Amino acid sequence: MGIDKNLISSLFVHADTALIHGQRLGELCGHGPVLEQDIALTNISLDYIGRARLYYDLISKLEGNNKTEDDYAFHRIESEFKNLLLVEYPNKDFAYTVAKQFFIDVFYYHFFLQCVESKNQEIISISQKSLKETAYHKKWSSEWIIRLGDGTDISHQKMQNAVADLWMYVGEMFVPTEFEQAVIKENLMADLLPIKSLWEAEVKDIFSIAGIKQAENNWAQSGGKEGNHTEYMGYILSEMQYIPRTYPNMIW
Amino acid sequence: MSKDWPLYEVFIRTKNGLDHRHVGSLHAADETMAIENARDVYTRRMEGISIWVVESKYITASDPYSQDSFFNPAEDKIYRHPTFYELPDEVKHM
Repeated sequence: MGIDKNLISSLFVHADTALIHGQRLGELCGHGPVLEQDIALTNISLDYIGRARLYYDLISKLEGNNKTEDDYAFHRIESEFKNLLLVEYPNKDFAYTVAKQFFIDVFYYHFFLQCVESKNQEIISISQKSLKETAYHKKWSSEWIIRLGDGTDISHQKMQNAVADLWMYVGEMFVPTEFEQAVIKENLMADLLPIKSLWEAEVKDIFSIAGIKQAENNWAQSGGKEGNHTEYMGYILSEMQYIPRTYPNMIW
Repeated sequence: MSKDWPLYEVFIRTKNGLDHRHVGSLHAADETMAIENARDVYTRRMEGISIWVVESKYITASDPYSQDSFFNPAEDKIYRHPTFYELPDEVKHM
C-alpha cells in the first residue's frame, strides 16, 4: 500500500487545529480572568497540544520519514498548516475564548464519537482518549456560555458579540475538502456533514438557556484546511516557532 | 472578579483512600463551578476520584485561643492509647 496522501492531509487538519488552538489557549497562561480559570484554560490547552502530538506521531509513521512532532509544529510554514480558521481568532476577551471553545467542543465531541468507529486502529485510540477530554471541555464551555449569556447585561453583550464575530468561521468545520471526502469514503474518519445538524441542535439548546441569539449570517469563510489562513496566523507561528527557528535543535 | 466570589474548601478522596481529605480552597461563583474548579485545580495529577466542596463559611472551627483547655488535658493521658495490650501473633496489620 502506498502512502495515503488524503489521510495524511486529513490528519493534518485536526493535528494543526489542535496545535494552534492549544497555542492560543496557552497565551492565556497567567492571564486568565481568575486563578481557577487560568488553570482550567491551561489544562485544556495541554489536552489539545497532547492531541496534536498523537496526530503528528501518526502522520510521521504514515509518511515514514522519521520526522518528529517538533518538526511538524516548528518547521513548517503557514501555507503547510491545515487548521480551521476559527482557532486562529485572537482571545480578545473571555467571551471570545469561551465561544471559540464551545464551538469546537461541540464539533469535536460528535466528530470523535464517530471516529471511534474508524477502520484505522490508531485513529480509534486517539479518538477514544480525545472523546473523554472533549466531553469535559464541552461541559466547561457550555456552562460558561450560560453563565455569561445569562449573567449581567455586560456579560450578555460580550457573549453575544463574540458569537456574532466568530460565526463566519463555524461553517468550515462541516464542509469536507476533496481529501477529506476520500477519507470519509474509506470509513477512516467521521463524515462531517451529518455532524452539522447535531452541532446546530446542541448549540441551539445551550444558546436558548443562555439567552444568546445565533448570528444571522450564514456565510462561511473557508480556506484553513487548504492552507489559506487569516491574517492572525503569521503572528501565531512567529511567536510559536521563534525559539526552535532561532536556536535549531536546542533541547532543554 | 474573584473578590466577589465566595471561598470554598475542597476535599478529595484518592483512588484507594477511604476518606475525603482537605486539600485546599478556591473561589467560585457557586457549588457547580466550585466542583469544576476543584477538578481543574486539584486533580490534575490524578490526585483523586471524588470531590467534595463546601463553602468555607459553613465550617465551624474550634477557637485557636482555646487550644490549651481543649487539647492539652489529653497530653498526660497515655492510657487512652491502646498500647498496653499484648497482641497475639495472629493479629496482623495493627
